[in-house]
Amino acid sequence: MDIFLQQIINGLVQGSIYALVALGYTMVYGIMGLINFAHGEVVMIGTLVTITVAGTLIKAGMPVALAALAGLTVSVLSCMALGWSLERIAYRPLRNAPRLTPLITAIGMSIVLQNLAMIVWGRNYMTFPPLLPKINFEFAGAHFTLIQVIIVLISGATMAGLLFLIYRTKLGMAMRATSQNPAVASLMGVNINRVIAAAFVIGSALGAVAGVMVGTYYEIAHYQMGFMLGLKAFTAAVLGGIGNLAGAMLGGVLLGIIEALGAGYIGDLTGGFLGSHYQDIFAFIVLIVVLMFKPSGLFGEKTGDRA
Amino acid sequence: MLEVTGLHVAYGGIQAVRSITFHVNEGEMVALIGANGAGKTSTLKAVSRVINAVGGDVHFCGEKISHIAPHDVIRKGIALVPEGRGVFPRLSVAENLRMGAFVRDDKAAIEQDLLGVFEYFPRLKEREAQLAGTLSGGEQQMLAIGRALMSRPKMLLLDEPSMGLAPIMVQKIFEVIRKVAADGMTILLIEQNAKLALESSQRAYVMESGEITLNGDSARLLDDPKVRAAYLGE
Ligand SMILES: Nc1ncnc2c1ncn2[C@@H]1O[C@H](COP(=O)(O)OP(=O)(O)OP(=O)(O)O)[C@@H](O)[C@H]1O
Ligand SMILES: [Mg+2]
Repeated sequence: MDIFLQQIINGLVQGSIYALVALGYTMVYGIMGLINFAHGEVVMIGTLVTITVAGTLIKAGMPVALAALAGLTVSVLSCMALGWSLERIAYRPLRNAPRLTPLITAIGMSIVLQNLAMIVWGRNYMTFPPLLPKINFEFAGAHFTLIQVIIVLISGATMAGLLFLIYRTKLGMAMRATSQNPAVASLMGVNINRVIAAAFVIGSALGAVAGVMVGTYYEIAHYQMGFMLGLKAFTAAVLGGIGNLAGAMLGGVLLGIIEALGAGYIGDLTGGFLGSHYQDIFAFIVLIVVLMFKPSGLFGEKTGDRA
Repeated sequence: MLEVTGLHVAYGGIQAVRSITFHVNEGEMVALIGANGAGKTSTLKAVSRVINAVGGDVHFCGEKISHIAPHDVIRKGIALVPEGRGVFPRLSVAENLRMGAFVRDDKAAIEQDLLGVFEYFPRLKEREAQLAGTLSGGEQQMLAIGRALMSRPKMLLLDEPSMGLAPIMVQKIFEVIRKVAADGMTILLIEQNAKLALESSQRAYVMESGEITLNGDSARLLDDPKVRAAYLGE
């Protein structure tokens, strides 16, 4: 029973990171029908920028809390600029191209960003500076850390902020309108280019926050880390119903929990044949099952809101 | 108020609108009638910059608007109620109306205009919180007109407000359109229902295969034997 609760907690933490990244996929998809496969790389750059900024500042003697804040801020701003540039340079010229063209471009951009990161940060694993003190808690036999608590809190607050933006502000309303009927939204005076750029910029900011949390959680980073993380977050978005905000959040958390439970029990289930490092297969089993039986995801296209 | 000169629209090789010239004076309701495929919608789309014209000029209140960005047309004071209504299906009725006021910042006046729209269309008031996609076709048409009014336009472009609606609903919608016109709105009305359009408007243009073939006072056109034969089924 302990392992069950333990894995639920671990899954919730991992899942809230997936959820933040999944939101980036789902926002862009909701507004322009594009799967931005380079989004995982945006998250990776968010992590690596934080290592450079926070790491350097800590070495220079700045208090860790300040350095962490500076790292997070620079990382979010860099990723916003990166997301904006991606849309401007890579996707906008293809706005009226057949759907496959921007998709292939997205894969291309993901390779370009990985290689750029490799050139800037090298091909070795990098250690992430410890931004939070290591404090452990115990609850009903399950252990968790301050880092885990903070990850869940920050994800929750960020997502609440996003929901407020999308459902309570004029920009959010324009984004929802544009996702539903761009031509008419433009008749109402909405500058479609700006709304699409906003979706990229906001999604990238969420990705940067996720990137900082991944780094803090695993204490390690690498220029290829965005690939698997991106693929899993994409799975989470599909699980929730791609284009749907609440779906991305729920899909992320669910996927995290499925993976954690899978990792916790896979040894028992296979008589010790497969170990917990096989946890990645669960994400892809989920992806395949969803695509086979309910491709529209939990919150299928029509019922919920795309933004 | 609206001056269209030599407007030409083509889709690839298809000439949809062939150098048409027409105008609408301030305070007038002018009808543009014609059969399916005559080029009426293409004309409105070109005027409201949804599509690019191949040639010709559009002036509004003396200012050339045939080159401006589509999202700036409404800022000049032109609101289009598109063919097929184009409501935002997963926004509520109230949100759809607020989208109509997207270009405005005067919050208090927006709330007031919202009440004004509900006065024209009490049905929308009852459905305020409902998603627009769940409204009936007639209610969606009301919403589309109300949404256009929310921008406080100088001129309304209506593309077939009667399309696909039961006669009783068409009556209701046109009652409001006439009321809006009587309140001083300048209107360009596109209709296939020629009788209704001619009865509601002061002047009219008849469009055939992309060209304007007849124009004049609506009352006179209603009596014109050619119009009666071609559009009034006599
Ligand atoms: N996007 C398009 N691509 C190619 N041809 C088009 C397009 N839109 C319209 N057309 C053609 O242009 C011509 C005029 O169409 P338009 O929609 O302007 O007619 P309409 O008078 O509004 O007709 P209706 O009364 O049926 O709405 C038609 O022959 C139509 O097939
Ligand atoms: Mg038409």
